[in-house]
Amino acid sequence: MENTLKITINGKVYDSSPGKTVLDIARANNVYIPTLCYHPRTGKAGKCRACLVEIEGFRGLKESCALEAKDGMIIKTDTEQIKQVRKMIVELHLSNGEHNCIACEKNGHCELQDMAYHCGIERPGFPEYHETIPLDDSAEGIIRDHNKCIECGRCVTACNNNVMHEVLDFGWRSGHTKVICDNDLPMGESSCVQCGECVQVCPVGALTFKNAKGKGPYWELEKKKTICTYCGVGCSIDMYVKDNKWVYSMGTEENWEKQTNKGMLCVKGRFGMDFLDREDRLTTPLIKKNGKFVEASWDEALNLVSSKLGETKAKYGAGSIGFFTSARTSNEDNYAMMRFARGVIGTNNVDHCARL
Amino acid sequence: MTNSLQETEKSDIIFVIGTNTTWNHPVFGGMVKKAVKRKGVKLIVVDPRDIDLAKCANLHLKQRPGSDSAVLMGLQHIIVKENWYNKAFVDERTEGWDDYVKSLEFYTPEKVEELSGISKQLLIDAAKLYATSGRGALYYAMGITQHTHGVDNVKACSNLQMILGNFGLEGTGVNPLRGQNNVQGACDMGALPNVFTGYQPVTVEENRKKFADAWGVKVENMDDKVGQTVTTMVNNAGDSIKAIYIMGENPMMSDPNLHHAEEQFKKLDFLVVQDIFMTETAQIADVVLPACAFAEKTGTFVNTERRVQISNKALNQPGIAKNDFGIIVELAKRMGCDTFPETPETLFEEMRQLTPSYKGMTYERLEKECGLRWPCPTEDHPGTPILHVGKFSRGKGLLVPIEYRAPEEVISKEYPIWLTTGRLLQHYHTGSMTRRSKVLNGLVPYAKVEINVVDAKKLKIKDGEKVKVSSRRGSIEIHAEVTKKIQEGIVFIPFHFVEAAANQLTNDALDPIAKIPEYKVCAVKIEKIADCC
Repeated sequence: MENTLKITINGKVYDSSPGKTVLDIARANNVYIPTLCYHPRTGKAGKCRACLVEIEGFRGLKESCALEAKDGMIIKTDTEQIKQVRKMIVELHLSNGEHNCIACEKNGHCELQDMAYHCGIERPGFPEYHETIPLDDSAEGIIRDHNKCIECGRCVTACNNNVMHEVLDFGWRSGHTKVICDNDLPMGESSCVQCGECVQVCPVGALTFKNAKGKGPYWELEKKKTICTYCGVGCSIDMYVKDNKWVYSMGTEENWEKQTNKGMLCVKGRFGMDFLDREDRLTTPLIKKNGKFVEASWDEALNLVSSKLGETKAKYGAGSIGFFTSARTSNEDNYAMMRFARGVIGTNNVDHCARL
Repeated sequence: MTNSLQETEKSDIIFVIGTNTTWNHPVFGGMVKKAVKRKGVKLIVVDPRDIDLAKCANLHLKQRPGSDSAVLMGLQHIIVKENWYNKAFVDERTEGWDDYVKSLEFYTPEKVEELSGISKQLLIDAAKLYATSGRGALYYAMGITQHTHGVDNVKACSNLQMILGNFGLEGTGVNPLRGQNNVQGACDMGALPNVFTGYQPVTVEENRKKFADAWGVKVENMDDKVGQTVTTMVNNAGDSIKAIYIMGENPMMSDPNLHHAEEQFKKLDFLVVQDIFMTETAQIADVVLPACAFAEKTGTFVNTERRVQISNKALNQPGIAKNDFGIIVELAKRMGCDTFPETPETLFEEMRQLTPSYKGMTYERLEKECGLRWPCPTEDHPGTPILHVGKFSRGKGLLVPIEYRAPEEVISKEYPIWLTTGRLLQHYHTGSMTRRSKVLNGLVPYAKVEINVVDAKKLKIKDGEKVKVSSRRGSIEIHAEVTKKIQEGIVFIPFHFVEAAANQLTNDALDPIAKIPEYKVCAVKIEKIADCC
């Protein structure tokens, strides 16, 4: 779409196409506006008020996540009033829960921590006021820590509107409100299928992956974009790795609207990657001698294969050799084997287990 | 797929048959659910089990395993008889109407009720709902294809979509959901006995010449006959097939008749297995070559909607394992061929120059544009989300007459229960990866046979107890899951578990054309294992 409107943020003019929110335009131009309840994939919720901005000609502060940008708007994101309000929001969250960053899995990419940093809150201004709720580690893959939950509702929206598992909801009332699974069952006993979408959208450390615990803080992880191999949907996975080991998987958020999976994953793509690092992976060529496998060098193994295939071809013809390629390996692997069968051996006996 | 995964919300109605989508393609299953529950798209589910999607369906038709083509043709019988079909589309874009309509005569609602167990009224309701709701998309998976009449089932699906004009528009189409991440790619790459890349037949001399020239080999040395399929190669092991080279497959676990597969492989003079684990098949090999897993190499994969995507190397290989293609390149050199490209990108480059439908794709474009859907003939072509727009690739769409055939094996006095097999949400295929995952194996550590409460009561089987399931080919011991989710007289076993391998039981009878085994139907008996002590 064409850039048909101009808005001014903190004195600078930005062009944009219509239909965007003030927050969209600010984020696209690297203007810092914090959000807690808003996430691009769960949409606007208008709850947390962290994204308030001031607009010339409007009364009071407005939520930038829910406000459509109009041509000529003059916006401020960093007035004293806004800073005060943001600070108050963070202070209230910090007093209502146990927001202890020291060993938190989210340390370094927690959105509440970020906000506190930007507001310059070194020590919470209010006393802590909350009851401690025990950790829910009943599920295989996900740990829930209600004491870190800020009730932003992203997980509830994602569970009910993105992945459609319809497990999470808000339960109980007023001060006792919390996110529950089914009728407030421990997650491991609920109908949750452990797709992990809730963890992916959680802005704080209330929802984390069990398998990632203690494997390395966020800033030590490297992100690599891969394609999941567990079915034909072809979900794009950002693998977080450290020291040549898989730590956890996230659906790719970058360009999520264009990705086949729109940022989502299932339980297999989310948790099924530890096979990569299993001790029983094959690490060296093996040749069977007297009924037992013996470790071999690549030279030994490949020379043997090449001479055996050569002998078989000479004795029985190219058509006596068959090749099974794989619907699990890449196009390049399949192309190479097809080229080898047809071009080097000279047989069309090449197929894969698509039927099985 | 003729269409794309993002189109669920563009359909007016979705028809799901032979796919337990939320378990086997979970992220897409969620998209279907969202279209239905949040956007008002209608849904018809045809499946013998109460699968998750059936809960939000407008209609759920529970057919007997193996009666899919009867159900599909039965719906068409009603649609044609009631004049609910798209006459303009049939006239303009299809051929074969007369023979097709003649073959529909057999599939009266009464007959289909008898064959499938679905009531006549429900068939009529479903036909009306599907035909009169607007744009309809049909999704299917292995529940349609893994039959001795799998090809008939697929043709029946495409007949249904053709008479309703459900082609070439957003939210329509015949959409098979591929079970493995690169089935589409393996086929596109010519890993099939009859075609080169992009489905260029090996029997056409011009094609052989094109590839021979590009590969620097003599065209006389190329095989001009169609080769053997996996299943026939296994059957001919020891006879016409003396050596087999297997890359990344575990046919010893996935073959429909495991005893048979093992016997056959043992007849070979030479077996090479290239894999990431010591699989059941690797154990009987003469040479085992260690390969990199997907995250340890860069390469492209093609998803079920024909989208070619790049997957990047995230980890280093264990030990001295090598890339699959790298091993083949090394081997080719030893066998006197030094024209092989040696990197993923150069292999892809060579391939796309030989493949019209891939010609416009480059690694750079694939990265930047989040993948491209073929055909993509030129570098400025945006790719093709929807096939058959305005015209079928073969010209006119062929309506195919279908003669009903029962499954190869039907229930009998000795084997009175239908067995159908499939996957679970938490596991994948032969389990060589998911059973090694802490979380996934923790969620579902062992196999269970789903059995209806009524059958369980008759057999005095309690939920969770171990039972013996036998077919004419073998028997397994497995825990029972007593449930109402499956109909009486049918049981379901997932095939991920080596200690209770469903494929010990399944029938290796093949579809005569596709050579696909009939995994989805066979006859079994279930016995209580006598309590010890």
